[in-house]
Amino acid sequence: MSPETQRFHHAIRLGDDALILGQRLSEWCGHAPMLEVDLSLANIGLDLIGQATHFLGVAGEAEDKGRDADALAFRRDVLDFKNCLLVEQPNGDFAQTIARQFLFSNWQELLLHEVSAAPDPALSAIAQKAVKEVAYHCRFANEWTVRMGDGTEESRTRMIAGLDWMWRFVDELFDPKDGAPSLRSEWDSRIAKVLTQAGLERPKPRRGAKGGRDGHHSEHLGHLLTEMQFLQRAYPDAKW
Amino acid sequence: MVAAARTTHSFKDRVLEILSHVPDPEIPCVSVVDLGIVRDVKADAVIITPTYTGCPATLAIEADIRAALDKAGLSALKIETVLTPPWSTDWISAEGREKLRAYGIAPPVKTAVQCPRCGSAHTEELSRFGSTPCKSLHRCLDCREPFDRFKCH
Repeated sequence: MSPETQRFHHAIRLGDDALILGQRLSEWCGHAPMLEVDLSLANIGLDLIGQATHFLGVAGEAEDKGRDADALAFRRDVLDFKNCLLVEQPNGDFAQTIARQFLFSNWQELLLHEVSAAPDPALSAIAQKAVKEVAYHCRFANEWTVRMGDGTEESRTRMIAGLDWMWRFVDELFDPKDGAPSLRSEWDSRIAKVLTQAGLERPKPRRGAKGGRDGHHSEHLGHLLTEMQFLQRAYPDAKW
Repeated sequence: MVAAARTTHSFKDRVLEILSHVPDPEIPCVSVVDLGIVRDVKADAVIITPTYTGCPATLAIEADIRAALDKAGLSALKIETVLTPPWSTDWISAEGREKLRAYGIAPPVKTAVQCPRCGSAHTEELSRFGSTPCKSLHRCLDCREPFDRFKCH
């Protein structure tokens, strides 16, 4: 694989994770449990879509086939998306959404610190900017994990169920092939610290689901794309 | 050489003066210069940086700067966007901070958040995310007014 192809794949993974989770979070807009949470989820989604725009822009340049960030976001089919399975999982209830955010943001913050320090100047510049935003996402998700885990019997039951649903998608983030195995121990200790505060147990280990990085997705991604890509597919190059 | 340097210097001042009248689309009490969005002025380009990567105002800001430059007869000046060093609230000018406070938005400070209305430091955070990516939502526990705060970033 040429260095430019490698760079394309690297940027695509970073961009797709952010894009798909940003789109997922936007589904909460107008539906969150309260106004402040609605604002928070929409803002986090917006940050992620901004990051995706930059990362996919770099991917388009590396590929050099005239595709810009919009073309990559709206004109690829499901098999060409390389996001991890975690981010495409359905929102479920609020606890399931927070569980996904908690696991993802803590991983993304560590990853972006690595990308910031890596030699690719364009990806490093995006990561340096994005990591400041993701620090907020972590605080938000960590606080809600504690609040629900240490809350009522109902919130606790839901938080446990949410973590249980999402846990099988964790291993993919650290897959030696195209994940970030070196981040595992620091991620584990971050997660453990918050779970202790929340009075929650770490979900039991289970066989991890993988394949997102190779384009093998769960059924949920296709449905997400039909909504996200509808306009550009029905009216290519539409402008307003 | 000296004359050239002086010309360049006054050119930069002139462009900054023009841009100091371009308001932020979301928080019109402050200009794009006050907010530190304009990073530099070169002979052929204005260098800008976005606040948050997903800020929807980014495109509007660029369009507003373009319009102001064109109106001043500076159509040849390009606008270049840079990401590093990442934008920080440390770049908001002292004047910009005062304008924010007068407008009812607590400026970004690392010490206790002060109510922009009554000045009390007896305040609480209601939500870390506010009406725009750059703000959070607070309440004064003395005068009871809710207010926006420019997040330290």
